[in-house]
Amino acid sequence: MNSIQKNRLKDQLFKIWGIACTLFGLVLLVIFIGDILIDGIGRIDWGFITDLPSRKAEKSGIFTALMGSIWILLLTTAIAFPVGVAAGVYLEEYSKKNRLSAILEINISNLAGVPSIIYGLLGLEVFVRIMGLGASVLAGALTLSLLILPIIIVATREAIKAVPKSIRDASYALGASKWQTIWNQILPASGGGILTGVILALSRAVGETAPLIVVGALAYVPFAPSNPMDEFSVLPIQIFNWISRPQHGFIENAAAAIIILLLITFVMNGIAVYFRNKWQKRLK
Amino acid sequence: MQKIKELVIEKSLLFSALITIAVTFGIISVLAIEAFRFFSEVSIFDFFTDTQWTPLFTDKHYGILPLLSGTLLTSFIAISVALPIGLSISIYLSEYAPKSFRKTVKPLLELLAAVPTVVYGFFALIVVTPFLQQFIPNLSGFNSLSAGIVMGIMIIPFVSSLSEDALHAVPKALKEASYGMGATKLQTAFKVVVPAASSGIIVSIILAISRAIGETMIVAIAAGQQPRLTLDPTVPVETITAFIVQVSLGDVQHGSIEYRTIFAAGITLFVFTFLLNTLSYRIRKKYQEKYE
Repeated sequence: MNSIQKNRLKDQLFKIWGIACTLFGLVLLVIFIGDILIDGIGRIDWGFITDLPSRKAEKSGIFTALMGSIWILLLTTAIAFPVGVAAGVYLEEYSKKNRLSAILEINISNLAGVPSIIYGLLGLEVFVRIMGLGASVLAGALTLSLLILPIIIVATREAIKAVPKSIRDASYALGASKWQTIWNQILPASGGGILTGVILALSRAVGETAPLIVVGALAYVPFAPSNPMDEFSVLPIQIFNWISRPQHGFIENAAAAIIILLLITFVMNGIAVYFRNKWQKRLK
Repeated sequence: MQKIKELVIEKSLLFSALITIAVTFGIISVLAIEAFRFFSEVSIFDFFTDTQWTPLFTDKHYGILPLLSGTLLTSFIAISVALPIGLSISIYLSEYAPKSFRKTVKPLLELLAAVPTVVYGFFALIVVTPFLQQFIPNLSGFNSLSAGIVMGIMIIPFVSSLSEDALHAVPKALKEASYGMGATKLQTAFKVVVPAASSGIIVSIILAISRAIGETMIVAIAAGQQPRLTLDPTVPVETITAFIVQVSLGDVQHGSIEYRTIFAAGITLFVFTFLLNTLSYRIRKKYQEKYE
């Protein structure tokens, strides 16, 4: 075999290896979801969703945890969405290239890399202790809002960057002020991209466990929260709690709750991708 | 009137942006204040040299080394899984794969990163550990091996996606020059494209390491809660993050030394990830200038 053939062979071998690696990740994802479906699907019925937690595995439901997750989702959206988009608009439209903008940029990039559990420590000290909110839904939502803020800001900036300059120029030419241009032209034109980023950020928030454990969310709450100051649990914490118990029935419960959690996460990701595709088509 | 309105709006947008600075300031001061109180009771020398971490026992030792070794061991295993696979995927997708395949596979792989980490923890404990026990009989029920492998699977998309972006950004002219010389795709990929995209690839690796070090739920569920100074991947260990979870689950009095240990552990974790993130930011900035 001469060296040309040898090189061709190596080339082919790497191609096969590359396909194998790519499929490895995907196949694992399938095995993994399949395994959880086998373990948990039999446990899911209406009662599993509407029942309160119980000491007996077969009587336990996820109602309080699911309600906690929904509360967290709504409050986090209400806090992080306006602040994140506002900060993104400021950085992309107003801030001049100076020291402050450089610091803001480095800072946001750094915050995006801070481990989520550190946000939990911040929330524990500032929201739970100093502001006296206790281990409430509000304290949890504030903590998660800070966690996803960098993701929303970056997504907002990317979406605004993608808006063609001609739209902006046309608006200014008609005599619109800066804010009128942003509010009436730029935000509507970048809306799809911003929405995609916000939904992806929220889907991350729904799956977060560690920061909420640190903030003091409970593994067992007898009732669903009825106002922002109530104590709460969320689906991932309920799952964690069930995994930690040795009896087999709880493992089945954990698998069933994971199916619900994955359903929520994947549906949110699907919606985000749908918005992104629609928006990218319109932009073109 | 219009002018005042514009000004008010601009200032309130600026205020939103400044919140991010307040967050960083908040994180650093909270960690620093509580850690300072911790170190007024525990000597900083013991903290870095004592080989035992037993703050919840009667015989208390405050040596961070066992937690640090647990963290680095699980992260090392994760990177050993994610790096070769993630890089191979990125090279295959950017240099070999048809465009349509790349467009469908990339979002699917990114789904791996969207799965909540508590779910991976379940997978590591319930599926991977029993599976590995068939080959390694003395593998303990909680161990850093399964936790590390599963964490590696989780961070594959971090390496593959970011590296693929970097490989894709390499100017076409470079590749064409290489093909023109008669090089195969493999030779072009490893001798031209990868070196040209090296800074982007390094950034992706650093971010993956930082992610592995800060990962919590997988290790809290599958690696155990026994701090020990070891490199043996088959025995239970405890990471910094898992310790913080363990203490948070218990009933710890605010202001007690146990309460402060989680901040001392937290600041150690923060310093590590902060250094890695700053490094990757620097490299990224330098690299952007190169091609723009």
